Amino acid sequence: MSSDTALRAEAVGKRFGRRGGWALRDCSFRLPTGRVCAVVGPNGAGKSTLLALAAGLTAPTEGSVTVLGRTPAAARPRVGFVAQDKPLYPQLTIAETLRMGADLNPGHWDDGHAARVVAGGDLDPRARVRSLSGGQRTRVALALALGKRPELLLLDEPMADLDPLARHELMGTLMAQAAQYGTTIVMSSHVVAELEDSCDHLLLVGDGRIRLAGEIDELLAAHRRVTGAADSAGLGAHTVVESRVTGRQLSALIRPAGPLPGDWRASAPSLEELVLGHLRNPGAPGLHEGSAA
Amino acid sequence: MVDYRIDRHSGVATYVQIVQQTKQALRLGLLEPGDRLPTAREVVEATAINPNTVLKAYRELEREGLVEARRGLGTFVRRSLGTAPADSPLRTELEEWADRARAAGLERDDVAALFTAVLDKHFQGDPS
Repeated sequence: MSSDTALRAEAVGKRFGRRGGWALRDCSFRLPTGRVCAVVGPNGAGKSTLLALAAGLTAPTEGSVTVLGRTPAAARPRVGFVAQDKPLYPQLTIAETLRMGADLNPGHWDDGHAARVVAGGDLDPRARVRSLSGGQRTRVALALALGKRPELLLLDEPMADLDPLARHELMGTLMAQAAQYGTTIVMSSHVVAELEDSCDHLLLVGDGRIRLAGEIDELLAAHRRVTGAADSAGLGAHTVVESRVTGRQLSALIRPAGPLPGDWRASAPSLEELVLGHLRNPGAPGLHEGSAA
Repeated sequence: MVDYRIDRHSGVATYVQIVQQTKQALRLGLLEPGDRLPTAREVVEATAINPNTVLKAYRELEREGLVEARRGLGTFVRRSLGTAPADSPLRTELEEWADRARAAGLERDDVAALFTAVLDKHFQGDPS
């Protein structure tokens, strides 16, 4: 296994209970190290299941997950995970919570680093967890995860229940972590806009399947938003994600297979247009950039 | 030191905004040869943008010969841009001209249109 891969899934499927439906199916992708990856999809799409598999909290029903070149369980000391509900002990103070982090991670705990993450939020270490706001609680949970100096940081909906200022601060802290230590970060959200400037890699999950996977720049470059006359030559050879006819005008989101007709107007889609186009059209063929590597 | 402001709705790519704001600071003399640009860590902590975006902008500035990366030390300004620092005589004249335009009753848009027209006439075909 190459060490430049943070996370790899091969034909992964996960079913809860023997008769339950599949939460994930046929998931294959590769995330290189050092990326900041957005896991995007509607509620119930399988984002949390995917993160739990990567964190080694649950095992796949079929296929295999590889984390930093090992099994998820073997990689756990090098992985930080913050669950959606940010489980913390409400009766502990912040300082006691961090001491617990030190006890639980013997030999690979950086006290100064955890304390700096807390201090970045202007928090009193003597404050009890139960007295904290949602944003402050998120910061403490993040300090607990970052104190172990993870090579891979998994965050499930870290922005939910945070106000815009707390979101910006939290994202700034995460980006500083990535810049300074090269930490690979994977974070899920159902809001694309809040991840657009911070992430450089995308996993789009819909209905338990990976719809798009790859570098955001490459995924955007592979798609065009086109408009033309409805009665002109059809979309023919191109891969059509979505198309709509309004009066005499045809507009579509496509992956061009070659040059486009000269009388068509083409522009680059935004990340949000790309994501929504694929989610609205579950039958459209997905794209996995560089997954063969 | 420059402070980058990222406008998410400008339609201008984020790394291009960093390149443009650095050049603006060089033109105005806010950055001079030998000055250090903020580290990627400092920029992303304040703006919450992806670190690779900052590095891409700095590579572009380096390619244009404006800055140089010194290993382990940071990115430093190599040369300044233009010849009109913040306190030059040309700027003083322009300030006086703007005062007269305002006194003559011109509005901001009128002045901008006038300035752009003259700019276009004298710098026709020059790269912007």
